[in-house]
Amino acid sequence: MSDTESAELETFRNETRAWLEANCPPEMRKPATSDADVFWGGRNAKFSSEPQRIWFERMRDKGWTVPDWPKEYGGGGLSAAEHKVLRAEMARIGARPPLSSFGIWMLGPALLKYGNDAQKKEHLPKIAAGEIRWCQGYSEPNAGSDLASLQTRAESDGDDFIITGQKIWTSYANYADWIFCLVRTDPTAKKHDGISFILFDMTSKGVSTKPILLISGYSPFCETFFDGVRVPKSHVVGQINRGWDVAKYLLQHERAMISGMGERGVGRPLGQIAADSVGTDAQGKLDDAMLRGKIASFDVDEAALAACAERAVDLAKSGQAHPAFSSAMKYYGTELNKRRYEILMSAGGVDALEWESERSKQGARPRAWLRTKANSIEGGTSEVMLGIVAKRILDLPGA
Amino acid sequence: MALVLTEEQSMLRDSARGLISDKAPVSHLRHLRDSKDPTGFSKELWHSFAEMGFAGLLVPEEFGGSGLGFMEAGIVMEEIGRTLMPSPFLATSVVAASALNRGGNAAQKSEYLPKIASGSLLATLAIDEGAKHRPLQTSLQAVRAGNGFKLSGAKALVVDGHVADLFIVAARTAGSAGERDGLTLFLVNPKAKGVAVERTIMVDAHNAARIELSNVEVNADSVLGEVDQGAALLDGVLDIGRGAVAAEMVGLSDEVFGRTVEYLKNRKQFGKLIGEFQALQHRAAELYVDIEITRAATMKALQALDADVAKAASAVAVAKARAGTTATRAVQEGVQMHGGMGMTDQFDIGFFMKRARVCEELFGDANYHTEQLARARGY
Ligand SMILES: Cc1cc2nc3c(=O)[nH]c(=O)nc-3n(C[C@H](O)[C@H](O)[C@H](O)COP(=O)(O)OP(=O)(O)OC[C@H]3O[C@@H](n4cnc5c(N)ncnc54)[C@H](O)[C@@H]3O)c2cc1C
Ligand SMILES: Cc1cc2nc3c(=O)[nH]c(=O)nc-3n(C[C@H](O)[C@H](O)[C@H](O)COP(=O)(O)OP(=O)(O)OC[C@H]3O[C@@H](n4cnc5c(N)ncnc54)[C@H](O)[C@@H]3O)c2cc1C
Repeated sequence: MSDTESAELETFRNETRAWLEANCPPEMRKPATSDADVFWGGRNAKFSSEPQRIWFERMRDKGWTVPDWPKEYGGGGLSAAEHKVLRAEMARIGARPPLSSFGIWMLGPALLKYGNDAQKKEHLPKIAAGEIRWCQGYSEPNAGSDLASLQTRAESDGDDFIITGQKIWTSYANYADWIFCLVRTDPTAKKHDGISFILFDMTSKGVSTKPILLISGYSPFCETFFDGVRVPKSHVVGQINRGWDVAKYLLQHERAMISGMGERGVGRPLGQIAADSVGTDAQGKLDDAMLRGKIASFDVDEAALAACAERAVDLAKSGQAHPAFSSAMKYYGTELNKRRYEILMSAGGVDALEWESERSKQGARPRAWLRTKANSIEGGTSEVMLGIVAKRILDLPGA
Repeated sequence: MALVLTEEQSMLRDSARGLISDKAPVSHLRHLRDSKDPTGFSKELWHSFAEMGFAGLLVPEEFGGSGLGFMEAGIVMEEIGRTLMPSPFLATSVVAASALNRGGNAAQKSEYLPKIASGSLLATLAIDEGAKHRPLQTSLQAVRAGNGFKLSGAKALVVDGHVADLFIVAARTAGSAGERDGLTLFLVNPKAKGVAVERTIMVDAHNAARIELSNVEVNADSVLGEVDQGAALLDGVLDIGRGAVAAEMVGLSDEVFGRTVEYLKNRKQFGKLIGEFQALQHRAAELYVDIEITRAATMKALQALDADVAKAASAVAVAKARAGTTATRAVQEGVQMHGGMGMTDQFDIGFFMKRARVCEELFGDANYHTEQLARARGY
């Protein structure tokens, strides 16, 4: 980096720091404590608080819901280096993301790469502005890890496809406005070759959803049924029957996103949270040597993973990243997040077992603990991630 | 700072790799071990190291060095880790050079640093006394005598101790073992009266010695840094050493892993390449992730050292702790996945296992550094 470039970046850092200080409400400088406290956008979006609204609108107006997307699509147009600075400055004050969205994490990157002009102009600005909430229609009852064996079929009818079948585990399908969906457009081709990636409105005739209750007691996902849903062929992203490429590319982004879940490096250190309930000895050490050791090992691994996540971004920007690296990160990040919650449960002891009370914020901790168990399943299981690393990165034999 | 190598750093890595893999593959270490080489490293190679600017890599240009940073030192260490090349680089060029550069007065720097850069002086830090790395437990005594000091006590695991021309000895001038105050670093001539050096043949066939000092007289000019206030200097120097050893362990782990993956692609059992068995694939994949995470943590630590040695402690603790667990896993899986072959001396893999064990102890093992992080975070 030249001196002028780094001077410009320093200016950007100072301006960003000042802007965040002035514009990020104090309430938005700590992690969300429940899903209800996260803003997902969409046609029926409601803000859970005034600070949430203010924070979202200010960030949206700067294009910083999607800082590195081009400005013409509602993004901030930031360079890779600037984006890194913004992230670091947000982390510095613990600012939470203003908008959580499958559109940002998954569909957007896929549209930027595979979408045509009309599709990008139609959908990206609405994602950036939080106007449309998306859900992901990949998994089916008989197509989980083996996603490419999906059976939902799309039959050609003039300029349209007629879609019939069932998806499952569709997160927030009952709240989503639109779906990005994998359908079989050629039942005679080999399984990877007959799939298309298609977008449609969830209010289309023939779409219905049925919520499924999770072990956490919440119901964030659904069975989703398609009974002869008519969708224009122009809604296919990429080429017809080449949807697997789009699907895989999107999964890379999804995995990178999931690997970053968990409130890494923000808030109080785990050891201090544990001290509240476990107590400390005369020297200030946690009064449970085994738990202390587990927490310290966790902290080492978490810090190392954070460095690796930072490096992954830097590698990607310099064109040195392996496309399957997000699978490695997803594996480690999700297993680590499960460890974090096992520690939190152990540290919380009896207090972490209450399921319904004001005191426990309606069982926030045990419900979050149970929710983390899905991290190593959703977006591809840990075993599938390890398989991808073994085959694609290490080039080990066997299909 | 991006966590990727710059163009200059990639070039440095390539030239270090070129020299080391060409002149000092693992067979070089094997030869030194089997011939019971009295020096324990190749002086000729050390000469080449000096000519290429590696011996004085961290020495400022005004003293004849290359004036590069810890990231660059880590790059060379990583390459050394790949072939297990025995070299004074760690003890002399990284640890001792840093001690002199950070703690030395003008006279000390101009006397020693140019000689380190030219490859003509070998130096080493003598710190640990007990079985484990516990810097504050230093109890080797230095009592004032005339306008100087008299040193008495013993040190264990002094890297390159039997070939060094200069010892940097951590001693206690005040207080008692366990206390931060009262530590002082001294420059001691190994040939001085009262110094006894015993070369210890170690499991990894790398140089080490035990030294004993009995009323060794040094003058006041031999104090490196300030009397009684050596702990802060020592912290920084040790963190630099830790970052460098972590980098060596990354190289070592990566190399063992590469060899193991190759084996999985070539060895057949049950009519299949053993790399087809998912039980091995998943373990290999986990190890890959471990190594990548450790590599990143180590780069982060080296960058932190380059930014400000005094503020790098936590990043260094993370790196050295991770390097310890990762290298241990890498060599264990390496031997295991080679089956009976992995157990033979004729096969190189065992050398990596032995060196990893020594690196783990050098400047604090994973437990030590995990504990440091817990303390730093206040629990
Ligand atoms: C909370 C949550 C949210 C989700 N959200 C969505 C969503 O929004 N949209 C969507 O489309 N899907 C979603 N999913 C579905 C998710 O992608 C699937 O659950 C996942 O791909 C695994 O599929 P499966 O459940 O059918 O398990 P299976 O594939 O049946 O796996 C069962 C077990 O077998 C193991 N296994 C399978 N194949 C192999 C193999 N080759 N080698 C070794 N082990 C193997 C798996 O690792 C797992 O442990 C969500 C899931 C969860 C839990
Ligand atoms: C100290 C020592 C003493 C010994 N003494 C004797 C003796 O007295 N007599 C004698 O006959 N033999 C002896 N052996 C040989 C020993 O039984 C073999 O080394 C052992 O059976 C493994 O075979 P291998 O070395 O060919 O490894 P391989 O079979 O090549 O195995 C290499 C790796 O692949 C793994 N692997 C292989 N197949 C699978 C699979 N299907 N799924 C998953 N992983 C797999 C193995 O677990 C191993 O990690 C001795 C070995 C040692 C080290």
